[in-house]
Amino acid sequence: MSHHHEHAPIGGRLITLPFLFLSALALIAVVLLVERFMYGLGAVTNLNDGFPWGIWVVYDIVVGTGFACGGYVLALTVYIANKGKYHPLVRPALLASLFGYSLGGLGAIVDMGRYWNFYQMFNPAQQNFNSVMLEVGLCVAAYSIVLFIEFLPVIFEKFRADEWKKKLEKILFIFIAIGVLLPTMHQSSLGSLLIAMGGKVHPLWQSAYLMPVLAITTAMMLGFSIVIFEGSMATVGLRQPSETHLHRGLIKVIRALLVLFFIVRLGDLLYRGVLGAAFSGTLQGNMFLLEMVLFLIPLVVLSSANLVRQGRFLLIAAVSLLLAGALYRFNAFLIGFDPGAGYIYFPSVKELLVSIGIVAIEILGYLFFVKMFPVLPKAHAHA
Amino acid sequence: MNNNELQQVAERLGVSRRTFMKFCTGVAATLGLSAGAGVQMAHAIANPRRPAVIWLSAQECTGCTESLLRANHPSLEHLILDLVSLDYHETLSVPAGHAAEEAKQHSMKENWGKYVLVVDGSIPMKDGGIYCKVAGKPIVDHVREAAEGAAAIISIGSCAAWGGVPSAGPNPTEATPVDKVLTDKTVVNIPGCPPNPYNFLSTVLHLVTFGTLPELDHLNRPKFAYGRLIHENCERRPHFDAGRFALEFGDEGHKQGFCLYKLGCKGPETYANCPAVEFGDVGGGAWPVGVGHPCFGCTEQGVGFEKGIHQLADVITVTPPTTFPGIAEPVGQGVTPGAAALLGAVGGAVLGATAVAVKQLGKAEASEQSDNDSQS
Repeated sequence: MSHHHEHAPIGGRLITLPFLFLSALALIAVVLLVERFMYGLGAVTNLNDGFPWGIWVVYDIVVGTGFACGGYVLALTVYIANKGKYHPLVRPALLASLFGYSLGGLGAIVDMGRYWNFYQMFNPAQQNFNSVMLEVGLCVAAYSIVLFIEFLPVIFEKFRADEWKKKLEKILFIFIAIGVLLPTMHQSSLGSLLIAMGGKVHPLWQSAYLMPVLAITTAMMLGFSIVIFEGSMATVGLRQPSETHLHRGLIKVIRALLVLFFIVRLGDLLYRGVLGAAFSGTLQGNMFLLEMVLFLIPLVVLSSANLVRQGRFLLIAAVSLLLAGALYRFNAFLIGFDPGAGYIYFPSVKELLVSIGIVAIEILGYLFFVKMFPVLPKAHAHA
Repeated sequence: MNNNELQQVAERLGVSRRTFMKFCTGVAATLGLSAGAGVQMAHAIANPRRPAVIWLSAQECTGCTESLLRANHPSLEHLILDLVSLDYHETLSVPAGHAAEEAKQHSMKENWGKYVLVVDGSIPMKDGGIYCKVAGKPIVDHVREAAEGAAAIISIGSCAAWGGVPSAGPNPTEATPVDKVLTDKTVVNIPGCPPNPYNFLSTVLHLVTFGTLPELDHLNRPKFAYGRLIHENCERRPHFDAGRFALEFGDEGHKQGFCLYKLGCKGPETYANCPAVEFGDVGGGAWPVGVGHPCFGCTEQGVGFEKGIHQLADVITVTPPTTFPGIAEPVGQGVTPGAAALLGAVGGAVLGATAVAVKQLGKAEASEQSDNDSQS
């Protein structure tokens, strides 16, 4: 279907003021990572024995790969549900996913205390098939490669390697299929991780074995939201034609996912009789309420025929949903996580700066590719 | 052999068929054999022709017999006595005096070359062996006589296996282990004071079922039971590696269940399966180290009854480092003003960027709307 739409680099100056600002943030992160590898995790992070996972894992991997689900849900929509009209959205979404996943994988290595044993994950003799982490690790690694292959046609187009592109497109459907399968697996496994954490997870998030369902629904919602968010930002920031008319088509799916999420989430809380904890006035209770409000805003916006027509309300709904999905994962993995024995955790300034730097690198990469490579649809393609 | 016969054995033993099969599977597991071996064992026990056992007691305290009888399962003493035909045992025999001696002679003649000889206690060799006599004869003569027609010889307990308590300095009776008396025979050693009854039962059941002895190490101890150091399987091992030690009985570390190495635990130089099999069939860490007492190395020659109870063990595998990580792990610090400010700034940037984009989108759409209106 790709030949129906034409893509083109948007051009323009690469080195702009925002570009320099983001580069500075990225540089700070790189310097701090050098410190981390020279003096160990303790020099940079606030991690301890009770909280071996901090913001690097929970933001860069758990939330970050959720944000990177745009490529996944669009592949699902365009190729599995055969909705070809959304094709112009695929390339930028794939690009964001590629950055999200490969930097998430990098984040995993950075966060590993004994990173030099990392390669053992791929050694069949050392693999523990009862481990959820192995599933997540292998899946994320494989998906990063698949994303790269899915993105390869863009590179071939840029360098006019038409022969290569033709060859690749003949077998691309295999990788697209794998690219839909893998995130379904590891995104739900993120929920299985919570099951494995057992009683350390607050009752508001430690559901009756439904966390994988909640994890995959939030992943899909995050994926659709990031497509709307990224498209809106490109319209405003890069002066691209509005994609609101395409985004509107996604609303039905998002709304259905939201309804499903609320039914499962609240039904589970009622079934287990722990909903009262939400009004306990504790940090966890209040964060739960905030999470619910953030999920409710998009449901209200998307249910109103009037608001849905306006791109700015779509953006509000998308941002609210992004924050809701991120907060759900933060709540389950960090804020509602209590290992006992008096352990507490809050990210250090340096940890935060590294995560901010990684986001900066993602945006820098995105800007570089949309300006130099044929990622975004040509301005006249759908005018 | 069918299930009906297994049922009959179970009834004879006064236990359910299920309990009986569980026991056999448990023994097979202790030996490191497959579950199928448990079924084979069940059938071997069900065989009406049970092997005869002659049990001789030399310089001993009857502790080994006690530990076999005092196993927690009410059915176990039935099993012990029912899986073999115990034809002679000084403590357990019904006949006494000449009648007991006669029964032994009768059984030996009847089962010549087929019976199992079990010896507990060490053999006194000084002054012609006169320090332990049974039926007017030194015990060493009884042992040599019975060994002649034995299919297999088992030394149970540390006394029989390597000398044990009676051989401790100055060893006034010249207490000698059985295999030093019967130098021309294979003697299986099951040391321990007392040994775990399962190590004995498993060895005998292996013999009964397969007709062969389990694999033995260089000291003729069954490898399944004495193949690894206590230290290697100890539930307190992580405390050793982390440098968390009890330094006195009842101190904070002792109460927390820390490693007992510094109280003289001999686990690092003693080979036995105590941490895995435990004692008394009650589970839950019911073995010396599990209940807070250092291992004193009862199974190991040169350790038990020889080294001081609170003397430090020689660590055979990994020598402990001279420095250890601290016992008080940092539990983390709360939010710092800098981190809170940074996080706030990120939140502000996200909301600010969204607000600006929302505004501009609104503007763009308004103009687009008017464009469309003018077109149509």
